[in-house]
Amino acid sequence: MEWEIVIGLEVHVQLSTQSKLFSGASTRFGAAPNTQACAIDLAMPGTLPVPNEEAFRYAVMFGLAMNAEIGKRSVFERKNYFYPDLPKGYQTTQLAEPIVGPGEVEIHLEDGSSKKVRLHHAHLEEDAGKSLHEDFHGMSGIDLNRAGTPLIEIVSEPDMRSAAEAVAYLRKIHSIVTYLGISDGDMSQGSLRCDANVSVRLKGEEELGTRTELKNINSFRFVERAIKVEAQRQIDLIEDGGKVVQETRLYDADKNETRSMRSKEVANDYRYFPCPDLLPVELTDEYIDSIRQQLPELPDAKSTRFASDYNLSAYDADQLIQDRATADYFEIAAERCGQPKLVANWMMGELAALLNREEIAIGQSPISAEQLAGLIERIVDNTISSKIAKQVFEAMANGEGDADTVIEKRGLKQVSDTGAIEKMVDDVIANSAAQVENYRGADESKRPKMMGYFVGQIMKASKGQANPQLINKILKEKLDALL
Amino acid sequence: MAVDAQTVHRLAELARIAISEETLEDMSGRLGDVLKLVDQLQTVNTEGVAPMAHPLDAIQQLRPDQVTEANCREQMQAQAPQTEDGLYLVPKVID
Amino acid sequence: MHQLTIADIIKGLRERQFSSVEITRQLLARIQQLDPSYNSFISVTADRALAQAAAADARLASGDAPALCGVPIAHKDIFCTNGVRTSCGSRMLDNFVPPYDAAVIENFEQAGAVSLGKTNMDEFAMGSSNESSFYGPVKNPWDTSRVPGGSSGGSAAAVAAQLCPGATATDTGGSIRQPAALTNTTGVKPTYGRVSRWGMIAFASSLDQGGPIARTAEDAALMLSVMAGSDSRDSTNLQRPAENFTRALHESIAGLRIGVPKEYFGEGLNSATGDRVQAALAEYEKLGAELVDISLPHTHLAVPAYYVIAPAEASANLSRFDGVRYGHRCENPADLRDLYMRSRGEGFGEEVQRRILVGTYALSAGYYDAYYNKAQQVRRLIKQDFVQAFEKVDVIMGPTAPSPAFALGAKQADPVSMYLEDIYTIAINLAGLPAMSLPCGTVDGLPVGLQIIGNYLDEARMLNVAHRYQQATDWHNASAV
Repeated sequence: MEWEIVIGLEVHVQLSTQSKLFSGASTRFGAAPNTQACAIDLAMPGTLPVPNEEAFRYAVMFGLAMNAEIGKRSVFERKNYFYPDLPKGYQTTQLAEPIVGPGEVEIHLEDGSSKKVRLHHAHLEEDAGKSLHEDFHGMSGIDLNRAGTPLIEIVSEPDMRSAAEAVAYLRKIHSIVTYLGISDGDMSQGSLRCDANVSVRLKGEEELGTRTELKNINSFRFVERAIKVEAQRQIDLIEDGGKVVQETRLYDADKNETRSMRSKEVANDYRYFPCPDLLPVELTDEYIDSIRQQLPELPDAKSTRFASDYNLSAYDADQLIQDRATADYFEIAAERCGQPKLVANWMMGELAALLNREEIAIGQSPISAEQLAGLIERIVDNTISSKIAKQVFEAMANGEGDADTVIEKRGLKQVSDTGAIEKMVDDVIANSAAQVENYRGADESKRPKMMGYFVGQIMKASKGQANPQLINKILKEKLDALL
Repeated sequence: MAVDAQTVHRLAELARIAISEETLEDMSGRLGDVLKLVDQLQTVNTEGVAPMAHPLDAIQQLRPDQVTEANCREQMQAQAPQTEDGLYLVPKVID
Repeated sequence: MHQLTIADIIKGLRERQFSSVEITRQLLARIQQLDPSYNSFISVTADRALAQAAAADARLASGDAPALCGVPIAHKDIFCTNGVRTSCGSRMLDNFVPPYDAAVIENFEQAGAVSLGKTNMDEFAMGSSNESSFYGPVKNPWDTSRVPGGSSGGSAAAVAAQLCPGATATDTGGSIRQPAALTNTTGVKPTYGRVSRWGMIAFASSLDQGGPIARTAEDAALMLSVMAGSDSRDSTNLQRPAENFTRALHESIAGLRIGVPKEYFGEGLNSATGDRVQAALAEYEKLGAELVDISLPHTHLAVPAYYVIAPAEASANLSRFDGVRYGHRCENPADLRDLYMRSRGEGFGEEVQRRILVGTYALSAGYYDAYYNKAQQVRRLIKQDFVQAFEKVDVIMGPTAPSPAFALGAKQADPVSMYLEDIYTIAINLAGLPAMSLPCGTVDGLPVGLQIIGNYLDEARMLNVAHRYQQATDWHNASAV
């Protein structure tokens, strides 16, 4: 039996407004508990909400970037449930008339293929506070600083068919919101959170299987793993004659398994109805058009431009445009040194490894775009070899200064002095009588391969600094002279 | 028309209101009376009538994105039943 | 001095006939002496009142006196007052001292008014008799075995007993007009959105509106001129600048077209009450007005629609009272659910609980369309009735309440009979129109109220129409005490 996985994602994105969706309290991350929770956020009696204009502007930007319909009239509703991190006892959100209607977005996969994922809608809503479970004499502590922070919840159609597609879609959303500058997209701080609706069905089947909802999966890697493990659980269950139960499940990254969250399942009936403290929001065509005109270059357009202007493969271009900071980094470095392909290789290789190792974003990279360009310039002008360049890169990462400083201080300049190299070649040949004999006796076709030994010895003698092209040329001349 | 006890229980659970067994019967009878009253709504044809959530059909004004509220934790928490280290305390939240 | 109207007090203070401290002290003494019989106040803030009065006297002396400088009034305990307990008539908020003021309170402070204290009310403004207050029922100064009406029963009784010349109140389905009618006072519910709801504890947000209760239309106009105004903190506020609602008081009403809806004089109306209202209409004819028969065909659906919409909104508005950040919290909660269930079970009285459950029912899965959505559609039909009527008439008149004040306890066993007390007032809230009640006679020594319904934003004319009647008649001067 061949199974098909069906995935829909609900992505919550915190908008980077200064103040909250319905109050003038700050949204800054990391403040002392409840110091950014004003009377409105605390649902003090008699307080009333007034929506933030910037949140609407951001939501419209997002909708336009998703080629979606913009809700010229949108209505806030109340979603009723009790939870200590929800001070009003309801979440103010949108349901029947959201700010962003249906749209679609193209995702690109590693194999070079692409597909469209449809957006069901996206709506504005307020975030909840946080429950802290450290032990306060057996009690929980509630911090409402986050309560009321504006979110857009982005709901896809169940159009994804693999964990890889889901990740590609999530990356796309991430790149769009960071390009637009409407969110910092930081998953580790919860600025971007993802719930996945997962079901399985036999390939060719029309009807959708029973789905489960995986809550709050907080990194790209976990999204992929959680979906895979959940889909496999459902397949195993069905193949063993069981039935999938519609429920909310939590992904446990340590055990790489999902488990039921039954406590959240207690007969929810959210009793949505239009919030009577708020009026319908109406946006004019002029307003929407003015936002459209101010939209920055979006990832897809940038990818196309990178591929054509910088002669990059579609895959490379796509990797580089994933977030705006990466794309900006690339563009600065490529313009500076005129070597886009080398910049791309270094960014996806050494730089990506460095950032990964240090667990930092490109914005915090110890090597700036200008510095990387400087390093590449030294490779291109043969001051250093690619191999030495890696050493220089590590030194730069350790804060030893830019490429020229490191090369100078460490004396890593490539030796291109023919006389010096000739001497090294002579020395090696003199000390390698046996290998020279072998070389002379070998078949012509095998000789190039046998040169490797000599090159290695010479490189070693030069501490890697000898220009490899020169070594090859001089060595071949000298060995061939011995034939 | 009384509302059955099970329904009253479900509503009380949704609304998080503890209702004692002795008031339950009374409550179900009175809720039934109210529902009978509001059932008169079904006597009128409202096909094609747009629901009216607000009497004046007014439009929402939006607020500029400015931080206008300063830290007021001490004042607000003076009203709270139980706080510690700036946090509101509640019985353990189990996820 | 307690018999003086607000207009009299403004004049007396400016002419130095008495000081604000003097009249404030006298009213405080009167409250202390008489209010145990009426229970119209929940909190009396004597020290604050005297300090405010002294400050007002200083401003009066310096010649820098705003509109109501030195005038002592009282506030319904639904308006948050910075540093003064604001209970909303509920055990839930018995310990709640807001660190902020309602917009209405700010407006009166800015106008120099003195606050004597906070008046009693039905719990969370849910009731028409003031019997659901955690602080005990208010008694009608006209007959202390009877109710003063509700939910602003404390404000109405305090004005009727001449404990203060005016008091703030709120009206969700009749809570200003019905107690005004039952206590021979003049109460105004403005157009929805005139008065900011900021800091006014919400019952049903799309229906709630603050307004004054006073002894005359002129006093109500003076108070409303201070209460109303734009406030960007309330999204549903009309954002219209403050108006002088006394500006048209004295204009002639000759040629005024008064709509008389037949539905307001049918079954359910006490016949003697109907007679008094008819007599008032006859008086208006004498003043040159013309009576026009009109029909408001969906009137009978107003109470049913209201008892879906108001409880639905209330069920969510009252979810914030959960024992976590303020208000009543049960002892030793076993777990989170227990904290919610018992705090709310203990903190809310029976009527509030009932309305929360009704609202929960109306919004719950499977019932939303049949109840909530249907009620909102009917609401539009009700509004259209009025819009069509106002194409033909300038104001609409009828009774405020179907009968005079009833005995304490008489309707407590039957909530639906209590709900029908508001049969003539509720439709106005659903439509968002301005309306008022003014005295138009007595039945067996108990006051009867005439209701005037104005067109949207037409409060100045409505008050003019009421004022001209009070110039021609004496009913409003009849005193309970």
